[in-house]
Amino acid sequence: MSGPPSSETPPLRVVLAKLGFDGHDRGLRVVARLLRDAGCEVIYLGLRQSVDNVVAVVEQEDADAVGLSMHNAGHLTLAPKMVQALRDAGLDTPVVVGGIIPDVDVEPLRQAGVAAILGPGASAEEVVHAVRSAVDSTP
Amino acid sequence: MVLEVIHVTDSHDDDPRARWEQEAATATERDADFVTMSDVPVEVVYGDAPYPGQYPYTRGIYPTMYRSRLWTMRMFAGFGTAEDTNARFTELLRHGGTGLSTAFDMPTLMGRDSDHEWSEGEVGRAGVAIDTLADMRDLFAGIDLGGVSTSMTINGPANIIMGMYIACAEENGVLRQRLGGTIQNDVLKEYQAQKEYIFPPRPSMRLVTDLLRFTTAEMPRWHPISISGYHIREAGSTAAQELAFTLANGFAYVEAAMAVGLPVDDFAPRLSFFFNSHSDFFEEIGKFRAARRIWARWMKERYGATDERSMKCRFHTQTAGVSLTAQQPEINIARVALQALAGVLGGTQSLHTDAYDEALALPTEEAARIALRTQQIVAHETGVASVADPLGGSPYVEWMTDEMERRAEAIFDHLLELGDGSILEGTYAAIDNGYHVSSIADSAYRFQQAVNSGRRVVVGVNRFTDGDTRDDANLLRIDPAVEDYQRKRLAQVKQQRNDEMVRRALDDLVAAAAEPTTNTVPATINAAKAMATEGEIVAALEGVFGTYVEPAVF
Repeated sequence: MSGPPSSETPPLRVVLAKLGFDGHDRGLRVVARLLRDAGCEVIYLGLRQSVDNVVAVVEQEDADAVGLSMHNAGHLTLAPKMVQALRDAGLDTPVVVGGIIPDVDVEPLRQAGVAAILGPGASAEEVVHAVRSAVDSTP
Repeated sequence: MVLEVIHVTDSHDDDPRARWEQEAATATERDADFVTMSDVPVEVVYGDAPYPGQYPYTRGIYPTMYRSRLWTMRMFAGFGTAEDTNARFTELLRHGGTGLSTAFDMPTLMGRDSDHEWSEGEVGRAGVAIDTLADMRDLFAGIDLGGVSTSMTINGPANIIMGMYIACAEENGVLRQRLGGTIQNDVLKEYQAQKEYIFPPRPSMRLVTDLLRFTTAEMPRWHPISISGYHIREAGSTAAQELAFTLANGFAYVEAAMAVGLPVDDFAPRLSFFFNSHSDFFEEIGKFRAARRIWARWMKERYGATDERSMKCRFHTQTAGVSLTAQQPEINIARVALQALAGVLGGTQSLHTDAYDEALALPTEEAARIALRTQQIVAHETGVASVADPLGGSPYVEWMTDEMERRAEAIFDHLLELGDGSILEGTYAAIDNGYHVSSIADSAYRFQQAVNSGRRVVVGVNRFTDGDTRDDANLLRIDPAVEDYQRKRLAQVKQQRNDEMVRRALDDLVAAAAEPTTNTVPATINAAKAMATEGEIVAALEGVFGTYVEPAVF
């Protein structure tokens, strides 16, 4: 699962998950491979995860970022919950959200602390860039 | 005494054309003029044998296809509370509809109640919320269940919803023997693609065969499985993988049913299929034609079917939701039209056309209307429905049909090898080792890389991107009050029911489930009647069957 060795910085460790019932995992699987091919270490949790479980894995794996994929219009409730749960645990890990996110919901998600939002049709470069810059801008 | 066996031979036995003419003569023509726009009359069929309606049905399962009856324009819908959907159903029936198609919300599809922790934000959103028999009563209030055909799209908890439906009908004096309709109940593709599984594969298959046995004995008008490739394709498979995985799942159900002692011709005529129609026009048409040929051959040659109805692959088609773009959403109308045309030229029995705004949200009424109008244009303006299998005999279409079949057969060989000669065992083994999931993910990744590099053009996404006038303001939003209402309704039902009766009904169900040869369907109906919730019934069964957890690999 680990990416190509790098002489300078260790590879980014990214936790990928879907929260709750939503079973649309095509996007998450594609993103997992994109990030792997870009040299990231992917911790793939997959389907039916709880916010608490994601927090536990982030702590355990010392992850640099959390990627959530959302297709059931639950992003406005679940993504802010994820951010809050990480902060409550004393973690500043950035949360990147991808999937079916209408433009009008982008600003409320940013307000809630989501680091980046990737809509349908985002390119591979955009995905990798979003994750890297989310990590880079974390204090 | 030796009885002389007399074969009553039809004089047309060896002449397919004469046989076709005889069969076609018994089919009535629908009320339309079968002439081109320039008044050129067109015949029912062109080309060579085997003709439409003739084994192996490559050219269609009926001799005259849409010349007699157009495909059914079956549009899938469901939202909010049971009462909201009931109002939509009542309206549909008032306008002459006879078929109801029910979409359930995510908690219901996953076998959980509206008050489950994860249900927050999902209740009544993507379909109707059903927790108990009380909701089923509301859903079908005032509707004569003996006089309509009901399609219910649910899989993992299919038997529970079926139990509630039967209980609801019988309370209203409609015997289960009179109930007509379809329940999707295709659990295999849940592990492979859609991921709405509850129990592990083998106990899930036990529930499927329980329902097959029950409906075969007691519900002659019910279609107990709709074997679905749609979700496999949406998850990223190729056309050939969709074709092969779906038909192999069909073979697996046939083998499972035969293994519990059902004769093939007793249940196979009531199996049906559900395919995706994607954008590569001729590949899709080849896929549909190959599906009919493969099913017919396997049913006859491998499973020994003798009833022609067991050999006919009847299918519903839906255009490819995954092909819809969020960018310039209005151009999706053109994509849907072309995909619908491929489904029709492929000989589908029914069709759902997607709404152009579905890449962003559930469709608005306007978008759903345009989708229906798109089918009506294909049906009434293009003339493609005047001739049965109008593309039959085209060298490219026939080659593509053969090629799809070859690619599917290679996958069947792999499954047979995994299962030591059994598709059923091969399918279990393939689910266990992640074969379906990883081949689908490989195809999805390859497709995405081709889009990313620009080698595969997606108009509006990686080329011709000017003019994106997307306006999110008109998207459908579901009223959050539905969730509160549904939770209160559930609490009220729980307060009013007899808890002791619920406990006993669930104990009986657990006892039935623990005994592999006992059919769980009667105990499920009783649990529904006792007002056990869907989530309680699932939890009771999980105690016996366990819960499926997907291996977390990508």
